[in-house]
Amino acid sequence: MSTAEIDQLARLLAKLPGLGARSSRRAVLALLKRRETLGEPLVRALREAFDKVRACGVCGNLDSIDPCGICASQRRDRQTILVCEEVEDLWAMERAQSYGGLYHVLGGKLSAIDAVGPEDLGIDRLMARIQADDVKEVILALGATVDGQTTAHYIAERLAGLAVNVSRLGHGVPVGGELNYLDEGTLQAALRARQKLTL
Amino acid sequence: MATFAVNRADLTQPGIQANRSSPIAIRQMRLRDFRNYRRLDIETDSRPIILTGDNGAGKTNLLEAISLLAPGRGIRRASLSELTREGGHTWAVTATIASGKELVGVTTGRRSDSERRLIEIEGVATRSQSELAAFMGATWLTPAQDRLFMDSPAARRRFLDRLVLAIDNGHARRVASYERTLRERVLLLRQARPDPHWLRAIEQRLAEEGIAIAAARRELVQALDGVLAGAPSGDSAPMSPFPAAHLALEGGVDAMLESMPAVRAEALLIEQLADARQADSLQGGTSHGPHRSDLRVIDAESGREATACSTGRQKSLLLGIVLAEARLRADRQGQLPIILLDEVVAHLDERRRIQLFDYLVALGAQTWLTGTDEPNFAPLKGAAQFFHVQDAVLIRR
Ligand SMILES: [Zn+2]
Repeated sequence: MSTAEIDQLARLLAKLPGLGARSSRRAVLALLKRRETLGEPLVRALREAFDKVRACGVCGNLDSIDPCGICASQRRDRQTILVCEEVEDLWAMERAQSYGGLYHVLGGKLSAIDAVGPEDLGIDRLMARIQADDVKEVILALGATVDGQTTAHYIAERLAGLAVNVSRLGHGVPVGGELNYLDEGTLQAALRARQKLTL
Repeated sequence: MATFAVNRADLTQPGIQANRSSPIAIRQMRLRDFRNYRRLDIETDSRPIILTGDNGAGKTNLLEAISLLAPGRGIRRASLSELTREGGHTWAVTATIASGKELVGVTTGRRSDSERRLIEIEGVATRSQSELAAFMGATWLTPAQDRLFMDSPAARRRFLDRLVLAIDNGHARRVASYERTLRERVLLLRQARPDPHWLRAIEQRLAEEGIAIAAARRELVQALDGVLAGAPSGDSAPMSPFPAAHLALEGGVDAMLESMPAVRAEALLIEQLADARQADSLQGGTSHGPHRSDLRVIDAESGREATACSTGRQKSLLLGIVLAEARLRADRQGQLPIILLDEVVAHLDERRRIQLFDYLVALGAQTWLTGTDEPNFAPLKGAAQFFHVQDAVLIRR
């Protein structure tokens, strides 16, 4: 249809979540047509984000400062950590505005089949934090998928000997659902209805 | 994709009397590029349907199309591409199903190069097959099941699990989740020094799901056993003419549930799994859990194992189980499933055949029967709908 440059750009954009081949071609067209007002500013914004935004060394959140704004905040409850799979889940919790503690973003789920082990999820980092910062409660906000549940059991198992309450989000989280897809009301309810986990 | 423009409407057609438990029935069905059918349109009522014709004419394909309107992979467990007519890329089965007091329009099929089965209910695409269970159900007996009692325990577990998931919606998810977790454990045990916490997490999950699976099977086997033993049911269902089978589950977890509450069985299974790690890692398997169970069937009349019975007797026992399951579902869900009997009649002597026909008519289920010889079905003349199938064309008799 067009030049190699345009094809290449459309192919890259089509790899973004939510964009298919057709919508990526439309996006390319919009970027090229609106070079000054959209294309160039987008390139600059991307450059800046790549230069500055990093995964927080403490919790795994994305921010331009490390530790991130949440980890650095003195207004948050520092004795509660919510464990979730992805940064999107953290964003979803923040949008719901009903949680005031800290986070740990695993960046995945435990899965021997997909070769994701505890070391890939920063579990030791989480354990060290819990012990060093005198954390009192760990909330496991993991999906109801097979791997999500195994991960929840694993973390609970590791925490078993420590003086820390382990709870998981209450009902209302659908099977295989991920936090990002839940509306704020459902998230608030799930957080309120969290249940102590006993093994 | 073509969809019938069917609205939910009351069933007020004459000639359909209200039944004890209302039968689910296909009213219209349309096939497009499905198996050997290029296009087929058929209309039926809730009486038995007889499909006669040579082998390979397309009789079983029609039963398969019906089975795909219910959750699951149908009577042949075929992949989507296998279902596509040679030379085609897509296929579709569209039906109007009478269920309770409603008519529901359903389409299932394959869009080109998609590996997900498309399902539309009343023209609305749905994500989950289990939504079909609200108004559609089918149970079947096919020649592939003839050797079930001689087959592997895995085949019998699959047969049993199909019966369980027809009345227990969560069963399919539990089994899939259990099987994935089993694979996780095997892979983990293959590692040089597997993380013990990880193993324990996996074993806890296996015990949770495993005991739930065993308990669901046990519940079904007990209920079926009750129906087969002639336990009085809610309605005045006719007595089955087939020899009663006695069903029993055999396996470590099944024995545990026999003697202790589920919570204790779960704890015990966790212990057994932990103890078996070394042996399991050598064998590359998992030595405890419901995937080691077997279904044992005994001819209640003679007390003999089904495996020791003649092939004809085995077939009769199996038919008895399938019919009992249909009745159990009617009791539980208030709806009689559609019954698909592929090449069953040829194996029965005339007395049994007539008993079966009388029973099916009395039961009131929409039953689809296939066979090569039309005379075998003569006693049903007037009480059933006859079609001759030839090269994927149906001729109403
Ligand atoms: Zn942070």
